[in-house]
Amino acid sequence: MLSFIIRRLAVAIPTLLFLVVLSYLIMYAAPGGPFDMERPLPPAIMANLEAKYGLDKPLVVQMFNYVWNVVVHFDFGPSFIYKDQTVNDIIAQGFPVTLTYGFWSFVVASVVGMSLGILAAVYHNSWLDYLAVGISVGAQVLPNFVMAPILVLVFTLWLGWLPGGGWQGGQWQYIVMPVIALSTSFMASIARLTRSSMLEVLNANYIRTARAKGLPMRRVIFRHALKPALLPVISYLGPAFVGMITGSVVIDMYFSTGGIGVFFVNSALNRDYSVIMGITILTGALTVLFNLVVDILYAWIDPKIRY
Amino acid sequence: MLLNRKAAADLASADMAPAIEGRSLWADARIRFFRNKAAVAGLVVLILVALFAAFGSHLSAWSNEEVDWSVLGQVETMGKPSLFGGPAGDRPHFFGTDELGRDLFARTVQGTQISLMVGLIGALIAVFVGTIYGATAGYYGGRTDSVMMRIVDVLMSVPYMFVLILLLVVFGRSVLMLFVGIGLISWLDMARIARGQTLSIKNKEFVEAAHAIGVRPSTIIRRHIVPNLLGVVIVYATLLVPSMIIYESFISFLGLGVQEPNTSWGALISQGASQMQYGTLWMLGFPLFFFVITLFAFFFVGDGLRDALDPKDR
Amino acid sequence: MNIKATLKLSAAALVFATAALAEGTHPVTGEALADNQTFSYRLLDQFPTLDPQLNEETAGHHVIRDLFEGLMIQDADGNLIPGVATGFEASNNNQTYTFTLRPEAKWSNGDPVVAEDFVYGWQRAVDPANASPYAWYMELASIVNAKEIVAGEMDPTELGVKAIDDHTLEVQLTQPLPYFPAMTTYATMMPAHRATIEAHGAKWTDPENIVSNGAYVLTEMVLNEYHTREKNPMYWNADSVIIEKTTGYVINDVNQALTRYKAGEIDHLEPLPDGQFPVLQEERPDEATSVPRLCSYYYAFNLRDGAKPELQDPRVRQALAYAIDRDVIVNQILKGGQWPAYNFAHLKTAGFEMPEIEYASMSQADRDAKAKELMEEAGVSDLQLKLIYNTSDSHKAIATIVAAMWKQKLGVETTLENMEWKTYLDVRRDGQFDVARGAWCADYNEASTFLDLLTTPHGSNDAKYSSAEYDELLSTSKTSDNPNEMYTKAEKLLSVDMPIAPIYHYANTFLLSSDVKGWPYNNAENNWYSKDLYRIEK
Repeated sequence: MLSFIIRRLAVAIPTLLFLVVLSYLIMYAAPGGPFDMERPLPPAIMANLEAKYGLDKPLVVQMFNYVWNVVVHFDFGPSFIYKDQTVNDIIAQGFPVTLTYGFWSFVVASVVGMSLGILAAVYHNSWLDYLAVGISVGAQVLPNFVMAPILVLVFTLWLGWLPGGGWQGGQWQYIVMPVIALSTSFMASIARLTRSSMLEVLNANYIRTARAKGLPMRRVIFRHALKPALLPVISYLGPAFVGMITGSVVIDMYFSTGGIGVFFVNSALNRDYSVIMGITILTGALTVLFNLVVDILYAWIDPKIRY
Repeated sequence: MLLNRKAAADLASADMAPAIEGRSLWADARIRFFRNKAAVAGLVVLILVALFAAFGSHLSAWSNEEVDWSVLGQVETMGKPSLFGGPAGDRPHFFGTDELGRDLFARTVQGTQISLMVGLIGALIAVFVGTIYGATAGYYGGRTDSVMMRIVDVLMSVPYMFVLILLLVVFGRSVLMLFVGIGLISWLDMARIARGQTLSIKNKEFVEAAHAIGVRPSTIIRRHIVPNLLGVVIVYATLLVPSMIIYESFISFLGLGVQEPNTSWGALISQGASQMQYGTLWMLGFPLFFFVITLFAFFFVGDGLRDALDPKDR
Repeated sequence: MNIKATLKLSAAALVFATAALAEGTHPVTGEALADNQTFSYRLLDQFPTLDPQLNEETAGHHVIRDLFEGLMIQDADGNLIPGVATGFEASNNNQTYTFTLRPEAKWSNGDPVVAEDFVYGWQRAVDPANASPYAWYMELASIVNAKEIVAGEMDPTELGVKAIDDHTLEVQLTQPLPYFPAMTTYATMMPAHRATIEAHGAKWTDPENIVSNGAYVLTEMVLNEYHTREKNPMYWNADSVIIEKTTGYVINDVNQALTRYKAGEIDHLEPLPDGQFPVLQEERPDEATSVPRLCSYYYAFNLRDGAKPELQDPRVRQALAYAIDRDVIVNQILKGGQWPAYNFAHLKTAGFEMPEIEYASMSQADRDAKAKELMEEAGVSDLQLKLIYNTSDSHKAIATIVAAMWKQKLGVETTLENMEWKTYLDVRRDGQFDVARGAWCADYNEASTFLDLLTTPHGSNDAKYSSAEYDELLSTSKTSDNPNEMYTKAEKLLSVDMPIAPIYHYANTFLLSSDVKGWPYNNAENNWYSKDLYRIEK
């Protein structure tokens, strides 16, 4: 297993390099640049700006310099739009925010989702099943850009319980609504995936045997059924976790949390190349990392799995 | 394909199962599906929504782009839903009007066409591309798996907005490009799920047996692996439908998707949501209603299909 | 120059101010002041920078005006009043300006503000190594050598500004510029603290590093969330500053911002959601306001070679412009006190005489009839147009309605295409459109800022209108004693050639808590200073 992990981490490096090159090419091929405005800049000023940010050099040189600075100095460069900030600053400020609400959303979504899914499967076709399915479908009914304003209307304007937005270093009052808005649809997906794969496992022969032997239900579920049933859920959770901790632009926009999500979308719209690259690399690294974690979990769930 | 499933679970010589038995299994699945009331109800709802999309425009006296000038500017009072013609006009707005005095019924009908297509095509691409890609990576394993899945990792992380903007610039705008945009992203998660399941399935006796007797890998994937993935695949596909429908409104925001005067559920819902404090709740309510019933319908049909196709579940 | 008189007056007010503050009442009006002297407002987006010399947009400028003080500042009506300078002398036919700096002005770390700080700041603005996107402002101000320095042909130290002594600053201009002192209110011309900038580089504007000379200092800064600025005890006029702390919250979604305003989380919200002004004004008459904003909204017709041939006929363009019912757009869609526009320059531009445009005085029915006539005269039927706009709800609404009007009245089929902003700029600049949405905001409060846009070489002339007569009018206006004469002719020419169809003149709608006073409603450039605000006892 250790050699597998080392191999995978080694593969991560060319993967991320490939990601950098591909993203660079796509980004530069897209129309517009960071300094294009309603009012076109005079050529002399444009030239000064391009020189300052190294955009006057050939693309290959830019890419090489970029990778060099990232690898050798761990410096992702200055933001082209937020002139007082470096990409490192922006990620250092935004990522902990996203990580916090993303982590709690993940915990809520997986705990509630899996519990609902297991309940629904075990009491298949009973009222508990319908209730659990109903809750999980209901949770997906409101897209988060509908849910966010409703939450603020109810909890801020009408009840006055929670502040309508902001982060303030992550005090709990500011976390509640983002977590609700972000976790619900993930929760629904997890519940339904758990339910269906649990149903499949519960019908497998070895479970039937175990039950026929008279083992208590609880034991059958937790000892025998749960682990294999989690396999598809875990496949889903890997990317979902990365999705949650790398931010949701809807959450950041509606709750003014200042997370990575809003930076990513704004920097794409503003063509803030260095910020886009920084966040892309962050997302890429996390994706590779958590898919590795998922693969390790597979081996734990099903010891027969070999890579 | 599915015919082998039951046999496979029992016997190593699965792929030799005669075809005749398969037909009865399909029939079996159909019978089981139609015995599932929730699934049938879901199917009926889906058919009704599709009929609404196809023929709804004949019911309304308005088109989706016509502006009711008597309503414009006073939508809160004049644009309310009515069955028998508003105070000003004789042509009724069944669902009221949008904020520009356009008939919401006609717009919902037209939005339904787009969104149903988006949902279905997103789900289909995910099912076909994602499942086959994931099953192939998982079955071959080793270096093939590593390369194929790292490609998925890269595609998951690439700044997707630029891909969409490039599509717009290079190919111009069309509904086809919208589906390309949806398709590009929808299969990635599915590939990961399918691959994870395959890793486990390929160690099962029936696959090993098939391998041992020299069945070609592509046949094994097609006849043994994929059928066993279907349960998870169907459930995940029904989960994808709503997110793709919502995702469409983001693609349209960038200019690639649906253009005014055409619309979609995502666009209507987000427009309605932004107006919800201002006394025009019907703008959110009607499109959301269609979105929600379709979502439920897909869930129940998906579950019904899953149950019906699972031979163990009797 | 009336400056001297204003100076004395405000000095008198100052003395008065210091005495009265202790009583808990406002020194001038005598209103009872609240204990809580904080002010909060909403920002649509994170401003890109707080470096005065690098700033190029409004949201950052609002903050920078609080943190830094230029030579001159504006009062509530937009008049010029002394800031760091107590006054100035113009000599050499308005080509040399000598500013006298007040000796009591200090930086927030206690250092005195000296003329050298302005020299340093202004050199930063033109220094190519600093690459300020607003360097053109210094060129516009005609400071000697600014252009050459920006182009990299001269060293920044050769800029035509020098410190005669600590409290005397002399500026040399390349041409007579009577409004030069007014230009010193903008961020680009604010002073800079050399030691801080050299010590911290790009990070000098961080709250822990920044040294500023305005009425406030930056105390907290969280990107895309909020920032706070608190009263600067070192400010030379700190005694008259009432608001202790101003907080700006970034709230991207305007409806969300309105909810939070209603919940009392913010004191000021601008702009209001589209179309909601009348309702809010009825609900909150003391809080909702609409004031002019110096921007004009228009549709540009593509006049490039090879563009749609029908559009090259001025009669077709006139017909299209006539058929737009601007009253519907202003009164039934925007509903925020905007003005229907039949000419380009904003009607509230200082000193601008509104021209009498023929079709402005017609009734809409007459305009429609005339439009049909013009189309027939031009022999155009079955016209198909591509109308582009950048993604936004109000652009979408206007485009939809205009397309519907054109279809109904002229039988024109319009295809709408939205794009995200940068793609839009690219497409519009390349001329891949028949009709393109545009808007122009005044750089300074004078009509030429609008009318120059349609001169042949202007970078934002996306219609690619080119008229020798028009160019000539605008260039004569520059040196004329009565430029309005040329402006009127130019506007009339536009209404005939119709390279653009003006649609409306902007208004700013906003909500302000009724207990916050001192808002500069009459400042046409919307330059508000926290130091002028105060909160009264409810």
